[in-house]
Amino acid sequence: MNNLSVDHLTGIRDLTNEDIQLIFKMADSFKDVINRPIKKVPSLRDITIANLFFENSTRTRLSFELAEKRLSADIVNFSASSSSVKKGETLIDTVNNILSMKVDMVVMRHPNPGAAHFLSQRISAKVINAGDGTHEHPTQALLDAYSIREELGDVSGKKVVIVGDILHSRVALSNIYCLKKLGAEVMVCGPTTLIPKHIADLGVSVSHNLKEALAWCDVANMLRIQLERQEINFFPSLREYSMLFGLNKQLLDSLDKRIIVMHPGPINRGVEITSEVADSDQSIILNQVENGVAIRMAIIYLLASKIER
Amino acid sequence: MEKQVILNAKQIELTIKRLCHELIESHDDFKNSVIIGLQPRGVQVVARLKNELESILGHSIQCGNLDITFFRDDFRRTEKQLLPSVTNLDFSIENKKVVLVDDVLYTGRTIRAGLDALLTFGRPAKVELLILIDRRFSRDLPIQADYHGKSVDTLKMERVSVDWLETEGIDQVLLFTKEGNE
Repeated sequence: MNNLSVDHLTGIRDLTNEDIQLIFKMADSFKDVINRPIKKVPSLRDITIANLFFENSTRTRLSFELAEKRLSADIVNFSASSSSVKKGETLIDTVNNILSMKVDMVVMRHPNPGAAHFLSQRISAKVINAGDGTHEHPTQALLDAYSIREELGDVSGKKVVIVGDILHSRVALSNIYCLKKLGAEVMVCGPTTLIPKHIADLGVSVSHNLKEALAWCDVANMLRIQLERQEINFFPSLREYSMLFGLNKQLLDSLDKRIIVMHPGPINRGVEITSEVADSDQSIILNQVENGVAIRMAIIYLLASKIER
Repeated sequence: MEKQVILNAKQIELTIKRLCHELIESHDDFKNSVIIGLQPRGVQVVARLKNELESILGHSIQCGNLDITFFRDDFRRTEKQLLPSVTNLDFSIENKKVVLVDDVLYTGRTIRAGLDALLTFGRPAKVELLILIDRRFSRDLPIQADYHGKSVDTLKMERVSVDWLETEGIDQVLLFTKEGNE
């Protein structure tokens, strides 16, 4: 298996186990590259990539930009807040205009679920989903699984609990698909209101007790409480949430084993995770960020090799 | 395909010995020199050189492997996906004399990529090229080796393959020619 089975990365759901292993293998090499004195390779010097961010992002956007630059691609950036989208232009018009300027690949974050899939069916450029609403965030899931593999040697057979707002989280959904495909056991944990009905159909177990979940797992992925997606109150107060589902040092130390703590960022310190835990040696939060660049380089490289000349 | 042995096990051994003595002639005790093999096929040559050099010199020398995949000039120009191998350089090449090593020198494109890949690790004092089999008169780029194992004249449709005891089970260099193509 030397090539991805897909032409676009719209979600983890479309990937096979072999695809993910190939991405990891490439990421190993790119991680080596980004730790060299000169962190750049010329592979994509004749490729142009557009980063379309219809929704705010710092980390993902910077990570994609760095990945693209380290592969020597030319890039154009676009953010919805300062563009014609505000003037009422449709998504397909915006993108077609950008593609007329001869762009080979599009990295897109959009507030609507399915936006990346919609685009991939209608344009000739390769599409990478950098988050589509509450649907998927495939590159985050891949870098999370890659970080687990790096820390524990393998993902298969490991127990991972995803804690927090599962209902609104694209990170949770992509993580569930990705971890399951790699053979891990997955549990979701959070207040009843933030766990979608029928989530168990995806093959995950459900818990509403953080301590129980932590005692079971090898890895805890603490999701951010997405205050911007909570039009109604799903829990009484942030204080109550952090008392019941926040991870603190005391809780971590009460376990009779060493678990790994992850967080996709940005952290609400003191809400889902305390500063002590976030900065402890059990946390691999900053490794995740470093691996993010390597994983994105791998995906861009593999998709770029499918661009027709 | 007709095949013809260019070098057998005994000849490979002699050639490696000669190359090592040539290297010592210009690199003395290798205190300021390193040997770097190009992945994937230069690595075996380096292993043999290292063995022989260390037994002559009586001390260890620094050797590494360099992967050039991301520096190749045929990305998206071939059907098959270019997959990388491991780069293994746990020393600085800054101000060192570097001997790049590969098994076969043909178009020179691999060496061009190897030079670019090497320079991302620093500024060596000097770079030389050692080649086991030099396919003469077939260069696409102006690149020549400083140390040759053996030079052969080949046609474009022919193929040279270097086999090693460790990987293929036998030490030999073969030339494959198409039938009726004398």
